[in-house]
Amino acid sequence: MHGLINRSIQCFLRDTYGPAAWAAIARAAGIGAEGFEAMLAYDDALTGALVAAAGRHLGKPRDALLEDLGIYLVGREPLRRLLRFGGATYADFLHSLEDLPGRGRLALPGLDLPRLALAGVGDGRFRLRVTGRPGFGHVCAGVLRAMADDYGALALIDHLGGAGGAEEIGIELLEPAYAADRGFSLARPAGT
Amino acid sequence: MAGGAPPRLGIPAAALGRLMPMFLWLSPAGRVRAAGPTLERLCAPQALAGRPLREIFELVRPQEGGPDPARLAGQRLQLRLRAPPHTALRGLAVALAGRQGVLLNLSFGLSLTEAVRDHALTEADFAATDLAIELLYLNEAKNAVMEELGALNRRLQTARRAAEERALTDPLTGLGNRRALELALQRAAGSAAAGGPGFALAHLDLDHFKAVNDSLGHAAGDRVLLRVAKVLRGETREQDVVVRIGGDEFVLLLPGLTDPARLSALARRVIAGLETPIEAAGHPCRISASIGMALSPDHPDPARLLHAADTALYAAKRAGRARWAFAGA
Repeated sequence: MHGLINRSIQCFLRDTYGPAAWAAIARAAGIGAEGFEAMLAYDDALTGALVAAAGRHLGKPRDALLEDLGIYLVGREPLRRLLRFGGATYADFLHSLEDLPGRGRLALPGLDLPRLALAGVGDGRFRLRVTGRPGFGHVCAGVLRAMADDYGALALIDHLGGAGGAEEIGIELLEPAYAADRGFSLARPAGT
Repeated sequence: MAGGAPPRLGIPAAALGRLMPMFLWLSPAGRVRAAGPTLERLCAPQALAGRPLREIFELVRPQEGGPDPARLAGQRLQLRLRAPPHTALRGLAVALAGRQGVLLNLSFGLSLTEAVRDHALTEADFAATDLAIELLYLNEAKNAVMEELGALNRRLQTARRAAEERALTDPLTGLGNRRALELALQRAAGSAAAGGPGFALAHLDLDHFKAVNDSLGHAAGDRVLLRVAKVLRGETREQDVVVRIGGDEFVLLLPGLTDPARLSALARRVIAGLETPIEAAGHPCRISASIGMALSPDHPDPARLLHAADTALYAAKRAGRARWAFAGA
């Protein structure tokens, strides 16, 4: 698993639950307290161990934790910006999701994001199929929720379950411009 | 198919503007007939219609020449906005049929990032077929990755330096260890061989240390060793190398110090310092030291120098301890 993903989980746990909680979870998962380097690669099993240890320590179900992770990721400005490149509106962003793994690889050749397939089912409703890594569907759901807020769109996001390595997410775009758009300019703000 | 004029494409300026937001249609006299919406934005608030090309743009390549725009056709153009911020653009021109003039398409090259910032351009200012957004994304992602790699390198460098230092350090006293001595000895011998100043080696063995350990325990012994390290550091200079090579054995490498009188004075002060009773486990501990010293001018080979200092140490011990001795030349 690319270190970026493990490091994101680490930062999410540390920033949301505090350094002490992170240290305890790391210990339980057999990981050193300094954690992961974003630019290195790690054994896949570590990621699963980390998420499991976090769920046990925090008393949270895995799915909820992964969704919170997705929401947290959108709160990180560099990543938020890179996601916003996907589209000027939330609908455009949804349609660009299939390109997300490709965009990820463009930025980091070793980054292996799951396959995303969006199908419109009419009336502003969509189904997003997430294939490849179990659990990513919940992270995606969190990302979709947070991005809707970011664009100022009103959308219902539901994780519909999954089987055989594929998860399905139901998306209903109720109102594309419901609240204020948090804003995104193509030019990076000065000092970033 | 019957012969005749090739098919001609008629396209309204608005449609062309969606396809090529930075197009420029010039009359045969070189005046703007129409311009794409993004180009209008770049030049705003000045309107473009009717103005001569060369009033709006500086031609960087080809260099300024005659007014006929037809001479621009078919070659790679480089232009710059005359007005600040003098945005750089590149272009391609084709001649139009009849007396319609010339059609140019302009684009940003590497100036894209600057131009987007300077003119507050958005996705709407680019054709859907343009790769500009992808380029901006790639640039931003690349910068983020480079920054992270830079930070990783710095962390690795710091960790490496710390590891190297640990490898040369005696964990209890913080003095150098045997490896550190070997490296320092190589350096000093090399420097002396190359004509630099010589140096002295002092091999120091604690007297009565075993008795402290046996009667008061290892914790007391450790405290004594810490005090020894403090005394040694206190009596040596910045450039001197102080090393613990064994349980109660120490070596001093003293660059540029080869005067026996000064070395004797140093040895005297060290022994005096060590003989001051040390408080450990509620008891005063009394130790002393025997010191053997050898000079590099007398023994240029480092191994022989060490051996000579060793031999001198043995002599000091045999002569009654709590004293120093110099190696025979």
